[in-house]
Amino acid sequence: MLSVRDLGVAFGAVEPLSGVSFSVDKGETIGIVGESGSGKSLTAMSVMGLLPLIGGRITGGTIVFDGQDLTKLPERAYRKLRGGKIGLITQNPMTSLDPLKKIGPQVDDVARLHLGMNANEARARTEEILGTLRIPEPALICDRYPHQMSGGMKQRIVIAMALAADPDVLIADEPTTALDVTVQAQIIRLLDDLVKQRDLALVLITHDMSVVAQTCDKVVVMYAGRAVEYGPVEAIFDRPRHPYTQALIACIPRGLDDTARLTGIEGTVPTVINYPKGCPFHPRCPRAEAICATDPPTFSVEGDSAAACHFAEVAHAQPA
Amino acid sequence: MNVSQMAIRSLDAFARMSIGRAFASGIGIVAGGFLILLVLVAIFAPWIAPFDYAAQNLLNANASPGWPHLLGTDEFGRDVLSRVIFGARTSLSVSATAIAISMAAGMTLGAAAGYFGGVFERAVMTVVDLTWSFPDILIALIFVAIIGPGLTSTTFAIAIAYLAQFTRLTRAQIVRLKRETFIEATINLGAKPSHILLRHLMPNAIAPVIVVGMLAIGDGIVLEATLGFFGLGAQPPTPSWGAMMSSGTAQLFLSPWVIIFPGVAVAVTVIAVNLFGDELIRALDIRDRLRGA
Repeated sequence: MLSVRDLGVAFGAVEPLSGVSFSVDKGETIGIVGESGSGKSLTAMSVMGLLPLIGGRITGGTIVFDGQDLTKLPERAYRKLRGGKIGLITQNPMTSLDPLKKIGPQVDDVARLHLGMNANEARARTEEILGTLRIPEPALICDRYPHQMSGGMKQRIVIAMALAADPDVLIADEPTTALDVTVQAQIIRLLDDLVKQRDLALVLITHDMSVVAQTCDKVVVMYAGRAVEYGPVEAIFDRPRHPYTQALIACIPRGLDDTARLTGIEGTVPTVINYPKGCPFHPRCPRAEAICATDPPTFSVEGDSAAACHFAEVAHAQPA
Repeated sequence: MNVSQMAIRSLDAFARMSIGRAFASGIGIVAGGFLILLVLVAIFAPWIAPFDYAAQNLLNANASPGWPHLLGTDEFGRDVLSRVIFGARTSLSVSATAIAISMAAGMTLGAAAGYFGGVFERAVMTVVDLTWSFPDILIALIFVAIIGPGLTSTTFAIAIAYLAQFTRLTRAQIVRLKRETFIEATINLGAKPSHILLRHLMPNAIAPVIVVGMLAIGDGIVLEATLGFFGLGAQPPTPSWGAMMSSGTAQLFLSPWVIIFPGVAVAVTVIAVNLFGDELIRALDIRDRLRGA
């Protein structure tokens, strides 16, 4: 359905994203994980064709959707895809709705624009979608302003807008970051159900490995604008071969045992202007050796998964 | 939905939300009440004015305030009260028309400049800033030179004088709003630039522009009076507060009421406009957004 190959993005001379590949099919969920600044959102923006808006450009690779390469698509045609065939759920539901427009008209606009519906048809559709998102009393909600609703409710409205034109692909960019933990679980479950009911292809961008474990079929781990490991979710969790993936998995809090400590990864993601030579993760890697600082690692493939680490063959044997 | 319907709808929503709250304080009630009264007086001037504003009676020139001429008569024996009442018509209509033109042009230019940016923005802002660097009187003189003295020149002069203010304010709003997440979200849903600009950006930008427009009507009244005072505005016998004060200067000591009453009318009106404008700013909670424009 959607297939990204070797994507590279540049802003002037700096290249914050390179060699990113993944693909997702109908009824499938792919997780893109990584810390803040690893290029997850930039990947989403590239797929939506929004790079020119923020002064970036695609330097290489292809984004193929439904047989056409989106990197060569003119803006006018792109507008039909955005919201029509590819829906995007943004990070912050609190500010994603126009404060001056009632919910009904805001959601109606999408179906009117992409499906050519008139006002009444669009409203009927809006109420139907709000219903499937388990929003009580859709007709009443349509008459509310965004400030009259809770964060979880607003996120559902944002999801409703992304779904209104019946897209094939849904990209959810950290859809739960701004929400309470209890609401987070509801929203994730909702997305999971939608994938099954509507046969959607879902790209779930998150920094939460536990969310990935619960919902995704496949996963791409990103670090410093590069994919460092990818594969089926079971394989990655059973045998994480990249030290960064191992560290992310180790960060998932587990159990109620109060002797357990929360783990973290020392240091921070390097900024774009000082990506390290060799393996980008080597300054923070517990098992880095001399070669890691000089030679960029290539992907070591094992079954359906691959890891970009010089020691991928031995790494899984002794998790960090 | 076309642009005019959209404008009406935004104004309607604006009115429901905020005008009411501007009337919530004592100052708001007094200032707003006075302005409503003044507008009614201007509209119904022919029925309210006790005399014909242009009727001369040289036998009764420079009569002091009393009965039947409550505010006295001028050097031609015309009733000062009637002239002040009809003067409200001139002042309010000229100022309001000029500001409406200025607002419409300024919002269009400012929104386009802010939204599209680049060379277009720089060109628009340079020209607009240039108009700001000329004194208002000079701009008025240019129009008088082209189309002769009168209310049309005055209207255009006032409109040009305030164009920069509206353009800059609208541009600042649009530039700020353009970066908001909900605009990005709208782009992500496949909206066209025209939809984003007219349906999302403008309605969110309009409140401070309307308040500045309100305050500018007060300034417009002063400018109209100034131009009238110099004989560049309303031509006799059209009554204008500024022109009345101008003719009153000659008999300042003989019959001071000829200059005092139109002067009081200008002062009270402008104070009321400003006080009500301040109440509007408070009611709309937009003091921050008016900065930097």
